[in-house]
Amino acid sequence: LLPASSFLCLGISITVWFTLLFVFIIMPAVLGVSFGIRSFYMRTLLKIFEWATLRMELGAKEKNQELYKPYTNGIIAKEPPSSLQQEIQELRGSANSLRSEPEFEMADIFYFCRRGVESIVDDEVTKRFSAQELKSWNLLTRSNYNFRHISLRLTVLWGLGILIRYGVLLPLRVTLAVTGICLLLVLTTLVAFLPNAELRSYLSEKVHLMCYRICVRALTAIITYHNRENKPKNGGICVANHTTPIDVIILANDGCYSLVGQVHGGLMGMVQRAMVKSSSHIWFERSEVKDRHLVAKRLGDHVADKTKQPILVFPEGTCINNTSVMMFKKGSFEIGCTVYPVAIKYDPRFGDAFWNSSKFGMVSYLLRMMSSWAIVCSVWYLPPMNREEGEDAVQFANRVKAAIAAQGGLVDLIWDGGLKRAKVKDVFKEEQQKLYSKVLVGDSEDQMEDKRSEDGTPEGDESSKDPAEGQ
Amino acid sequence: LGGSCANLLLSHSQITRLYSRFTSLDKGENGTLSREDFQRIPELAINPLGDRIINAFFPEGEDQVNFRGFMRTLAHFRPIEDNEKSKNPTASEPLNSRTNKLLFAFRLYDLDRDDKISRDELLQVLRMMVGVNISDEQLGSIADRTIQEADTNGDNSISFNEFIKASFVLTLHTLL
Repeated sequence: LLPASSFLCLGISITVWFTLLFVFIIMPAVLGVSFGIRSFYMRTLLKIFEWATLRMELGAKEKNQELYKPYTNGIIAKEPPSSLQQEIQELRGSANSLRSEPEFEMADIFYFCRRGVESIVDDEVTKRFSAQELKSWNLLTRSNYNFRHISLRLTVLWGLGILIRYGVLLPLRVTLAVTGICLLLVLTTLVAFLPNAELRSYLSEKVHLMCYRICVRALTAIITYHNRENKPKNGGICVANHTTPIDVIILANDGCYSLVGQVHGGLMGMVQRAMVKSSSHIWFERSEVKDRHLVAKRLGDHVADKTKQPILVFPEGTCINNTSVMMFKKGSFEIGCTVYPVAIKYDPRFGDAFWNSSKFGMVSYLLRMMSSWAIVCSVWYLPPMNREEGEDAVQFANRVKAAIAAQGGLVDLIWDGGLKRAKVKDVFKEEQQKLYSKVLVGDSEDQMEDKRSEDGTPEGDESSKDPAEGQ
Repeated sequence: LGGSCANLLLSHSQITRLYSRFTSLDKGENGTLSREDFQRIPELAINPLGDRIINAFFPEGEDQVNFRGFMRTLAHFRPIEDNEKSKNPTASEPLNSRTNKLLFAFRLYDLDRDDKISRDELLQVLRMMVGVNISDEQLGSIADRTIQEADTNGDNSISFNEFIKASFVLTLHTLL
């Protein structure tokens, strides 16, 4: 009697669970409507986080301990960067412009000293490759630097948070993700069998959108789209800043894009092959990736065909932590079609979306994503841009990058995202040496050239040359 | 770290900040930094004197620097508050006084640590700072002129005191 009734209980609870799932999550995803559950969830969470931070500060005060705050004053009062020439002249205390005879002061060394030590204490580049530090705590151990037993209530709340996240949210999300991917595989294969091309593309669009909506719910992603009238159109390229592979899901949730990338094996490969059956995507073999002309040709052919969807490209080439935008590789800007810039900004309070690929593999990254509170982000569609007369691909890329950085509230950097793994090229050091020799020797015709190149750069000392090539 | 904290005159939050920076640079996670860890900072790698500055962190003949050493070297560069000097005039010279900053710069020139900057050492640093853009002859004459102007005791090299006098104009306003 007992086993039978417990089996019955199990059966009923599973049925209830799946019905709720279906009604509240899958049906709205299929139909494209929303109950507003997620925004309510978000607001509640914010209130809880504020309370938690307050408790931590009170608790620390009681115990007379100091809390670690990530934005305290550094050791050196870093002054805004001015040009090498200006700073050395200030150092020497002379107001004269450059003279033609060589002039060297022993104290010039202090300029390089200071810049060097400043960069050791804090530099603009290396901090972009690790997760952003938060001002207030969001009840995740992974983002807490002050975690000690500060108060019982806080610890209980944290424990509750763990139970909810790993016991309820994670299984729910994994179920949804599996459902979404399976549906994608099955439906795209089915759609591919249809004879009528128009019907096929129409249905393929619907199928893709539906599956991406399910995936978005699998991550509890709360996305706000701005300026949707600027959405990318056929025959163009959509460029966006890159923080995580999830960027693709975030954008594809609202429109259909053709993706560009390398052919993978395993599950990813299966998904890629399935997607290609019903709509055109551009997948490259590993060997073809190095061949820039081949890449450019395939992209060019794709945009020339106006019936094909816009291409989605991430010109940074690697994941950056969403506090800045790094150098855009010029490959996609050479094709000569309309560029639709998109800025994506994640709210780090609910879960850090940045994929630190040197620290986490894909699977552990996805698990972390699915056990955060939510992924909250804003997407801005910027007005389309075209290359102007007399502008080369690099300048065009920088212009687009500046627009994206301005909209998303991100720092616009000239540094190459490839510095995550590679060493910086010597050409930059040689630039510095050249600038300094001009101070010593003061060649007058180079003075004019110098001024032009220095005016064009945000940091004053680096040139706007593009050292890294290709896509 | 209590005692050395007082000497270094760094606040608790500054030390925590530095420690966080130290751990983020320490990719091997073994509590010490190697030269490669410093080289990974792009802005430092493109600094013409980058290698010399990195050297200043490492004690004689060693390849690893721990957090205490890291902090000590950086403490040289904390901006000097005037009220601090008047507070305790009898205490031994705090590490971030102007003299110590000058000594740091002097040591960037004086590689063999014989307390003199020879013509060769001066040329080496000049060559690092200008790269390939100035000829040997021109650089040589710049070096000669500099030593001529700064050398007061005629030994054809620059001692620490002569260096201080040559950088005199800088001691008038805050260095670094």
